[in-house]
Amino acid sequence: MAEPETTETNEGGEIRRRDFINIAAVSFAGVGAGVVALPLLSQMSPSADVLALASVEVDVSSIEVGQAIKTTWRKQPVFIRNLTSAEIAESKAVNIGELRDPATFEDRTLPGKENWLIMLGVCTHLGCIPLGAAQGEIKGEFDGYFCPCHGSHYDAAGRIRKGPAPTNLEVPEFSFVSDTVVKIG
Amino acid sequence: MIRLFGILAGLGFVVILLYSFTFGAINFIKEPPVKAVEYQFHKHPEKPGFAHEGVFGKFDRGQLQRGLKVYKEVCAACHSMNLVAFRNFEDLGYSEGQVKTIAKNWATETPSINPETGEVSSRPSLSSDQIPSPYLNDVQARAANNNALPPDLSLMTKARHDGTNYVYSLLTGYTDPPSDLPEENRPGTGLYYNAYFANLNIAMAPPLNSEGQVTYDDGTKASIDQMAKDVSAFLAWTAEPKMEARKSIGLGVIGFLIVFTFLAYLSYQNIWADLKAQKRKD
Amino acid sequence: MSFPWAKQYTPENDFMKWMDSRLPLPRMVYNAVGAGYPVPRNLNYFWNFGALAGLALVIQILTGVILAMHYAANVGVAFDSVEHIMRNVNSGWLLRYAHMNGASFFFIVVYIHIFRGLFYSSYKAPREMVWLLGLVIFLLMMATAFMGYVLPWGQMSFWGAKVITGLFSAIPLVGPALQEWLLGGFSPDNATLNRFFSLHFVLPFVIAGVIILHIWALHIPGSSNPTGIEIKGEQDTIPFHPYYTAKDGFGLGIFLIFFCILTFFMPNFLGHPDNYIPANELSTPAHIVPEWYFWPFYAILRAFTFDFLFIPAKLLGVIAMFGSILLLFFLPWLDKSPVRSGHYRPVFRKFFWFGLIPCIILLGYLGGAPAEEPYVMLSQLASAYYFAHFLIILPLISMFEKPIPLPNSITESVTGKPLESAA
Repeated sequence: MAEPETTETNEGGEIRRRDFINIAAVSFAGVGAGVVALPLLSQMSPSADVLALASVEVDVSSIEVGQAIKTTWRKQPVFIRNLTSAEIAESKAVNIGELRDPATFEDRTLPGKENWLIMLGVCTHLGCIPLGAAQGEIKGEFDGYFCPCHGSHYDAAGRIRKGPAPTNLEVPEFSFVSDTVVKIG
Repeated sequence: MIRLFGILAGLGFVVILLYSFTFGAINFIKEPPVKAVEYQFHKHPEKPGFAHEGVFGKFDRGQLQRGLKVYKEVCAACHSMNLVAFRNFEDLGYSEGQVKTIAKNWATETPSINPETGEVSSRPSLSSDQIPSPYLNDVQARAANNNALPPDLSLMTKARHDGTNYVYSLLTGYTDPPSDLPEENRPGTGLYYNAYFANLNIAMAPPLNSEGQVTYDDGTKASIDQMAKDVSAFLAWTAEPKMEARKSIGLGVIGFLIVFTFLAYLSYQNIWADLKAQKRKD
Repeated sequence: MSFPWAKQYTPENDFMKWMDSRLPLPRMVYNAVGAGYPVPRNLNYFWNFGALAGLALVIQILTGVILAMHYAANVGVAFDSVEHIMRNVNSGWLLRYAHMNGASFFFIVVYIHIFRGLFYSSYKAPREMVWLLGLVIFLLMMATAFMGYVLPWGQMSFWGAKVITGLFSAIPLVGPALQEWLLGGFSPDNATLNRFFSLHFVLPFVIAGVIILHIWALHIPGSSNPTGIEIKGEQDTIPFHPYYTAKDGFGLGIFLIFFCILTFFMPNFLGHPDNYIPANELSTPAHIVPEWYFWPFYAILRAFTFDFLFIPAKLLGVIAMFGSILLLFFLPWLDKSPVRSGHYRPVFRKFFWFGLIPCIILLGYLGGAPAEEPYVMLSQLASAYYFAHFLIILPLISMFEKPIPLPNSITESVTGKPLESAA
């Protein structure tokens, strides 16, 4: 190819202006590619129909004192337990300072409905379902829940007491829409 | 050698095609094809004009709410809407609470099972439910409708040519059959003449048949034409609920691309400038 | 590379040096589409379409892989899962419409790319292999597009699958068994849908592989050019980068504008309304038509309405339809004219612009029209011309045509001056 002579004969300002156009075009393409990436990535987050199932209503009238049921919320198990007065007293008596994830019993229940303990049945270690909700299951060293996967022990209020789990069993947002129907989420 | 084979094969195809053409042409001249009666009497959809048409068109929320009322009180008696959930009605401008009420009061309940006995039963709908179908299954739907299956309406305006105008024209297009209509094309029992329907005779009785059939909440006069227009607009929304986002994002994207293309053109000219200058110098 | 003056890749820093002696990928890219690939300096805008076809494949693979994350290949839920994408998935409508219209745009640019090759006779020696591989890509694209159209499981999907697999039933003796084998049943069903999904997913990656071969084969002789004469020296070429990357960037912008107008403002314009009706094995749509890019071939299929001697019309139509594509594989040996470019072939050029192009457009129109007279008669004439053009006219022209004198070099054709003064 013959030597291009024109650029050399022009003064430097001309060259910079012309470089600027190339840089602008390439930057525009880059911004465009970046914006295109948004829908390509956002499509993986929960879709509208999944988000619509974010709350469920459960009738708890048939749960006797001392018993628990398992239900599902957002495709995760939820334990709903009707606590005995002994369990309530025991849970209240715990010294909060000793806990790994300090929380009072009152933090985990609703006032006036404190016999209803509602928690996600998902171990905060790595997500297994702890035992202890159904009758006859191992309740662990603290008479609550025990996760068999990696040996986490929770007390009757679902607080972590021993083992690798970092936090207490999660209490979802819930409220009573009537005396017997609880809305989770 | 390949050329020889090619020419022979080519001649073969040409001879066969011209042979077929000759026979076809002779038949065509001897008995020119008659246009089917459907073609002669069939009409193309009218264009009443909708707010959502065009590049900048947006749905008229008031019209969609009126259209929902027409669907709910007239169409939903026979036609399902499987792909739409009650929660989608928030797009029509209803609040979460209003949607809950619409779902709870819907004439058909959502099928479910009795949690105690496991028997088939139904419950009031929640806003996360799809709109329940008026019939349990297609067999029941056919049995209740003189063996004609009322189609699902979710995608109706996309499933017909010029769909929104088609729905409007069909709803307002019931007439007496024209006097020159051949006997075999006249509507039989349980069929109604409608020039906008593909084979002219539709099994659906005129659904919008009297003024004030629906009482609009916003006080609009419910003429047949008005109801037909409103429900057509509503069905345009059910078929394409993301239309407004599509158009507004599209405008932004095309604006961006025009600027990019202009810059790319300048850059292209810029990079080639020395070559072109060289050509000029020569 | 066969061009001694091609620029050599030099690693810029220590890391690139380290890389170059272990995995010389940057060197490969540099030599393939970078400054190391000398390209004729006179390519016109028709040479943009190869890169655009590659871009279309990238769009299809990107959107397609994402759609596969949400799509369910089961006859019970396939239709609803597509509507789930359109209604519930975040930006799902955009991805699905882009994939739908992306298929059409892929075919638009590939057709222009093929007609570029036909007009400038890019298939001639020494580029026969480029042409043959291109045809393989085209066949794979047609298979992929057809199977993709079946996936939404609408009315056209179902009946398209039935009709197209029905083509194979025309083959004597084994035909019906072959159709059952293709469908995995007696009619399109779950087995069909699942295998089509699997193949529709994997074939684009096969296409990508053949494209690499296509480009590899292209780099041996180098790109052809509008004059059709070979490169004589360094003055005839410019490096691919930055000259043609810049030109392709501009072409990309124009392509995307058209693509986005269709995707955002008339997404269903090229589709058929019947595919928004769920598949129903008891009701055939009034007019079954394939997607527009198959219309010319569909017209050839339907042109055969009479049995000829002992061959049934159905078999003839199928042979002709496949033959209309297969004959393109023999093109390098049918057209023996020593001149490549249509610009310098007066007779060829007339037949190309006034014969082939109107014939294909007419066939396309007829393929989309109902199977009635006079459309059938017209498609018989147009099909006859199609075969005559490639199998009879082209070989004969190449024997008798007297070409216009060619310029001495590419540079001369660009500058209008003889070689000496340009150098």
